[in-house]
Amino acid sequence: MATTTVPAQRPPQSSPGYGGGSLPFGAKLRAPGFYRAAWMMVLAVAFAFFITWIVRMSTGHSTFKHFIDGEAILTVSLLAVPLTFLVGIGGFDYWFYWAAGRKTRPEDHSSHGAYTWKDYFRINTDHKVIGIQYTVSSFFFLLVGGLIAMLMRAELAAPGAQFVDANTYNGLFSVHASLLIFLFVIPVFAGLGNFVIPLMIGAPDMAFPRLNALSFWLLPVAGVMMLLSFFAPGGAFADGWTAYAPLSTNAPIGQTFFSVAVQFAGASSIMTALNFLVTIITMRGPGMSFFRMPLLVWANFATSLLVVIATPFIAASQFFVLLDRALGFNFFNAAKGGDVLMYQHVFWFYSHPAVYIMMLPGFGIISEVIAVKSRKPIFGYRMMAFSLLAIVGLGFTVWAHHMFTSGMAAWIRIPMAITTAIIAVPTGIKIFSWLATLWRGVLHLDTPMLFALGFLTTFTLGGISGVMLAMIPFDIHVSATYFIVAHIHYVLFGGSLMTIFAGVYYWFPKMTGRMYDERLGKWHFWSTFVFFNLTFGPMHLLGLQGMPRRVEDYASKFSSLNLFISIASFALGLSTLIFLYNMVTSWRGGPKAVKNPWRGMTLEWQVSSPPPVFNFDKLPTVVGGPYEYGVPGAVHGTFAPTPTPAAAGASAARQVAGPNE
Amino acid sequence: MNKQRPMVLTIAAAVLAVAIGIVLSYVIHWFPVQASTQAHNTDRLYHVLVDASIPIFVLVVSVVLYCAWQFRMKPGEELKDGPPIHGNTRLEVFWTAIPAVILLGLVSYSFVVLHDNEKKPAREIQVGVTGQQFAWTFQYPPSVTGGKPVESDQLWLPVNESVRFGLYSKDVIHAFWIPAFRLQEDVVPGITVHYRATPDRLGTYPIVCNLLCGVGHSLMRAQVHVVTEAKFKEFLQSRAAASGASASTTVGAAGGATSSTTGTAAG
Repeated sequence: MATTTVPAQRPPQSSPGYGGGSLPFGAKLRAPGFYRAAWMMVLAVAFAFFITWIVRMSTGHSTFKHFIDGEAILTVSLLAVPLTFLVGIGGFDYWFYWAAGRKTRPEDHSSHGAYTWKDYFRINTDHKVIGIQYTVSSFFFLLVGGLIAMLMRAELAAPGAQFVDANTYNGLFSVHASLLIFLFVIPVFAGLGNFVIPLMIGAPDMAFPRLNALSFWLLPVAGVMMLLSFFAPGGAFADGWTAYAPLSTNAPIGQTFFSVAVQFAGASSIMTALNFLVTIITMRGPGMSFFRMPLLVWANFATSLLVVIATPFIAASQFFVLLDRALGFNFFNAAKGGDVLMYQHVFWFYSHPAVYIMMLPGFGIISEVIAVKSRKPIFGYRMMAFSLLAIVGLGFTVWAHHMFTSGMAAWIRIPMAITTAIIAVPTGIKIFSWLATLWRGVLHLDTPMLFALGFLTTFTLGGISGVMLAMIPFDIHVSATYFIVAHIHYVLFGGSLMTIFAGVYYWFPKMTGRMYDERLGKWHFWSTFVFFNLTFGPMHLLGLQGMPRRVEDYASKFSSLNLFISIASFALGLSTLIFLYNMVTSWRGGPKAVKNPWRGMTLEWQVSSPPPVFNFDKLPTVVGGPYEYGVPGAVHGTFAPTPTPAAAGASAARQVAGPNE
Repeated sequence: MNKQRPMVLTIAAAVLAVAIGIVLSYVIHWFPVQASTQAHNTDRLYHVLVDASIPIFVLVVSVVLYCAWQFRMKPGEELKDGPPIHGNTRLEVFWTAIPAVILLGLVSYSFVVLHDNEKKPAREIQVGVTGQQFAWTFQYPPSVTGGKPVESDQLWLPVNESVRFGLYSKDVIHAFWIPAFRLQEDVVPGITVHYRATPDRLGTYPIVCNLLCGVGHSLMRAQVHVVTEAKFKEFLQSRAAASGASASTTVGAAGGATSSTTGTAAG
């Protein structure tokens, strides 16, 4: 596999703990890496064994007869093992040394850049490496989640039982949604943002590179935990990604895998969002005022605000479930004074903003692609930025529209319906502004642009069905039906995933230094677009006609539509293979990319493909807006010849937390 | 004139698409049969929403297609840029204000429908609905039976009589959904949830649990029989008689599912 940084001289570095280096075995066990992680994880299981024994003994269980409780050990292990894994691979080394008052290793940049594929499998503080780690591992989980969807569609191809029983089926859709939300859409945007944002704003890295590395490694932990739940006694968590109590608080141990995995995925989100906020606020290059920032940066700024405010709520909701389930706290046990509806309020207070967390970065990608590929400035740049902020504010005022039929106090529905209708206005502004940007442009209809245009149509449909769902009497009929399944896939697949594909194709040359195959890209777009609509379009009708979601069996009158949907979904799954083939072969042997294949103005296109290890060999100074296409002689940034020592010092002082020379 | 032709063609195609879309929206059988007064109101709301949505959707798609057709890069334009138009305040105010007005109009109309659907009628009967994993039971209080309370695993309702359901759960959350009525509400442990329906069409319709409640969720079905006043009285009497013999009829969850799959009047 090609590397992603300019194959410069590899700095002296050792990663003995990951299998590299030639140290004695004892030193390898002590160095950060997988060896150390392995024995520490064993230690964590022993700790779980011991602590549950002590606690059970002290609470009256027999010391020697019933001292092993599998569930208790598993629950504690789920928390302890991932933490020791992260310690083992070195995620906390620097801070531990610092906290203990020991000599910290000065930042020697040895963990910047990737020179072999192995460098992607260790703690790496380079935002470009982390961006690729994020993106590739998210796509791994997309494929797993997609395969799970294929299994579900195979089961649903005909009424009655086909391949799986009800419990397995419930596990399949729960894991499908959880993986694609927490391990694909949210992190893949964080990955693309990680790669692109520092480049776009003229920074050498993110503000907190070590935190950045840690935030990535939390993800595989969460994803592996969700997948491992299939092997738990009683099967995978099977209460949907919504995990409504009290079903979840009485579920088999698989539920705990979800409760804990969400903590790791959520912590990762929060860390990255904080990192983005600090990076965007403090590390913009000279001249990069807020209103000269590319809209992708604005979009991630808005998203990060949502993440840091909202994500603690889902963490809380799942801690409630964990405590209820493992320790009998009775938060949601109505018979003991618990409040069942409270779970839903806390859950949706995150999970509605999460919808925008999963969409706003995509809006940013679309703005980049449409401006560059239409060769025109974004129409109404400031309104585009303000509408993002409007969505951030309004996004926190609509959560109970997921609860119109929940049995909550009836009056709450009224204000929530109004805000839900109103939140469509800033989204509409964005759609119309993109259309106006296209108008009279010079449209380059290549793969990223096709995905952007496809997005405009499918996302509009998803937005429209969303507005319909704001209308309470209509929502009362279709709530929790296949109409909802259709709606969320139109906004998350037709919305988010389309923008992700657009973004991956658009920045592929920058990230890998190679060009992708345009012809395969177009095939991928058309097959995805057609089979997406054939798969999810008919689901609207199923829901209206009365088919509930989350069922492995259904009335025979729905069978022909379901068979049609299943066939279309298999074709949709196959279309992904075109994408995979294109990505893998192009990365390995595609034509070398020039630094600016799209003639983009934003800063990431002004450096080599892939960028130098510290992004900018010459300091960028921003002198104008990011999308001044068609303005004679306009540039976004200029580059000083060679940074004088004084200028380099000044820049290091400005970028306090960045790696300094 | 020739220059205007693509625009004229696109507008004509868009108008045609809107017309076809609206006609289709009335031809397609979107819903199961309407078996309650609420269903008529809700379906009307749906059609208004679809009629309002079609022009907006067609507008967006037409602009995308028109741009892709007319403004795509032609050979020799590889280095050409579009005109540097940065915005137009009037246009931006327009497409902020107009959708806001449309949305507020639609949401206001939906509140009218909601109010109509939920308003208290002069006369109504009370029926208890109990959800448990994975079956429904229905309770008729003395105010309805005129004698002892009666329980049944099938829901019987008199036609053209408003009914107020009281929903109870014995375990987890369920949702009591009657697609033919276009009505549902969650059945929540610890609280009693209510909703009203006025069945207005004789027939038998599926009752569906519409909130994931465990492994038997897809089998948690029952039926509602909307019958004449006389038949309803008959039913109550027969249940009252039967309850003396075996008060707790076994509630066949699988039987409920089978009957729902063969539900005749479910459209």
